[in-house]
Amino acid sequence: MFHALVAVKQVPDTTNIRIDPETGNLVREGVPAIMNPYDAHALASAVEWKRKLGGKVTVVSMGPLSFTVTIREAVELGADVGYLVTDRKFAGADTLATSYVLAQVIQMIHEKEPIDVLFFGKQAIDGDTAQVGPGVAVRLDLPIITYAVKIRDIDLAKRQIIVERKTERWTEVVEAPLPALVTCEKEIAEVPFAPLPDLIRSLRYEPEVLTVDNTGIFDAESIGVRGSPTVVFKMGTPPLPEPGEKINSREVGVEAAVAAAFAKAEAAGILTSVLGGVK
Amino acid sequence: MSARRFWVFIEQEEGKAHPVSWELLGVASRLASEVKEEADAAGDTVHVECILLGNQVEHIAHEAIKYGAERVYLVDEPELEHYRNCPYYKCIVGVVRKYEPEVFLIGATTLGRDLAGAVATSLRTGLTADCTGLEMGEVKGSKQRLLLATRPAFGGNIMATILCRQSRPQMSSVRPRVFPMPPYNPEAVGEIVREEVPLDEKDTEACILEFIRDQAESVDIEYADVIVSGGRGLGTPEGFKLIEELAHELGGVVGASRPCVDAGWISYAHQVGQSGRTVRPKLYIAAGISGALQHKVGMQNSDFIIAINSDPNAPIFDVADVGIVGDLFQVIPAMIKEIKARKEALA
Repeated sequence: MFHALVAVKQVPDTTNIRIDPETGNLVREGVPAIMNPYDAHALASAVEWKRKLGGKVTVVSMGPLSFTVTIREAVELGADVGYLVTDRKFAGADTLATSYVLAQVIQMIHEKEPIDVLFFGKQAIDGDTAQVGPGVAVRLDLPIITYAVKIRDIDLAKRQIIVERKTERWTEVVEAPLPALVTCEKEIAEVPFAPLPDLIRSLRYEPEVLTVDNTGIFDAESIGVRGSPTVVFKMGTPPLPEPGEKINSREVGVEAAVAAAFAKAEAAGILTSVLGGVK
Repeated sequence: MSARRFWVFIEQEEGKAHPVSWELLGVASRLASEVKEEADAAGDTVHVECILLGNQVEHIAHEAIKYGAERVYLVDEPELEHYRNCPYYKCIVGVVRKYEPEVFLIGATTLGRDLAGAVATSLRTGLTADCTGLEMGEVKGSKQRLLLATRPAFGGNIMATILCRQSRPQMSSVRPRVFPMPPYNPEAVGEIVREEVPLDEKDTEACILEFIRDQAESVDIEYADVIVSGGRGLGTPEGFKLIEELAHELGGVVGASRPCVDAGWISYAHQVGQSGRTVRPKLYIAAGISGALQHKVGMQNSDFIIAINSDPNAPIFDVADVGIVGDLFQVIPAMIKEIKARKEALA
């Protein structure tokens, strides 16, 4: 029996975030919350392997109660069980404190039902740090394979996984012993349309809620603000540079506008060096 | 009196250093100079150093010295021939524990990101990813200046400055091309210190079975001299043909804004911005790109920027050296004509 664990995060759809031009503040209203897209692909891969090998997919998410919808979405996509790790004491966690909480929960689940493969998205689109996956692997002392684009094989008898990972240079084929942690690119699997029974089940699904008190597995010094070495010092919109000259081609004509722009580039010593290099 | 060490991880593959390593040595030198006065007053010494791992890579250590490292800690072992997460992070953690650097910078490449999170977690310290600004600044309640690491947050719509008060080292990852190359000094001298870190058998259990070198197009936009980028203003994927033509005339490569990549008009390898690549070409031409902050942070350090947009209020004009308000489908053909004429005149 195959047991996959998938870590999922709810994120604001950052492509829809806007800054209020008057106040410079983030406009959060109307920004839809979605499952982090890389996590959705990681989950899809876990579900594919569950269908091949037989077994179970467990989902874990850390966040406020509103993340329940994301766990329901995971059930819709084929997850069997979902844990929501939620507590006010986790507030203000940076990636180090987050990896601690996830690692503790995963260890607890693993002791009840041993996990073969941990699937993470390669990064979350709101923070883009790509630190939590490696952090959890280090804390659990597991081999990690990041930027996975394809899982070639999971062999439960030989206790090994073979994964293709893409780097800037090449694709590596990596073999690692199980249990292993894989962080996934979108190519790892297509997110499927939910089958009707899963869809119906997801609507009423209630995740198992884990808190500091009901688990007793968290050290108070390692969670939330206290467990986070980094703090936000300040936030702001970046200072605007002096804008350059703007030429309106509708007024001066297209050719004159282009000639004026290139003349400026030439005066800056750019154009000659660029064209000099063109063979 | 203590030694304040500013460290850089020298990334190498197949015996060749990634240039981001040198860019970071330039940053480390600057950060070290920012605490010089304070260190002198306290009787502390300040050092710019780096750590290098690999198999038979001493030649890279010599290069590092010429880019500004006073000292290179070198772990040179057959087991480190190819990058693998576990043996690399364990070696680095071992050497960091021995020398206790104050600041540790790692390139935010695929290799560096894989490594940095593991190193920081193992050392239980703070790591700020993908920084676009780094300085040693005064912070209330701290006797020494701290690393102020600024990075775009919320999909690049706002800048956050992060600091790490207590844990050490203060770690940051930085993308290639965010900072300029430092000067290369062929006369520079420095020290190479060989380190040995014992590894368990378990640390090297994950192994690479093979490397597949992609035959398909590889676009190196990070280190290109000329980039012509297209945005949503192109209207359709076919619009990139015009962008390609101009890029070709200029001997450059094609870039794109995130919406075009998300829409599937062009591959991710072309994406410029916080979620794509950071670039600093000599010439950057942005056509039909409105200029979301997340795009601007990826290209604003270009030497010269020309923006073309039909909307005179498009934010891209704020970072452009020169902007042309107009229809890109008229402006770009006129540019191609002008470039051809100039090249003929040069020939």
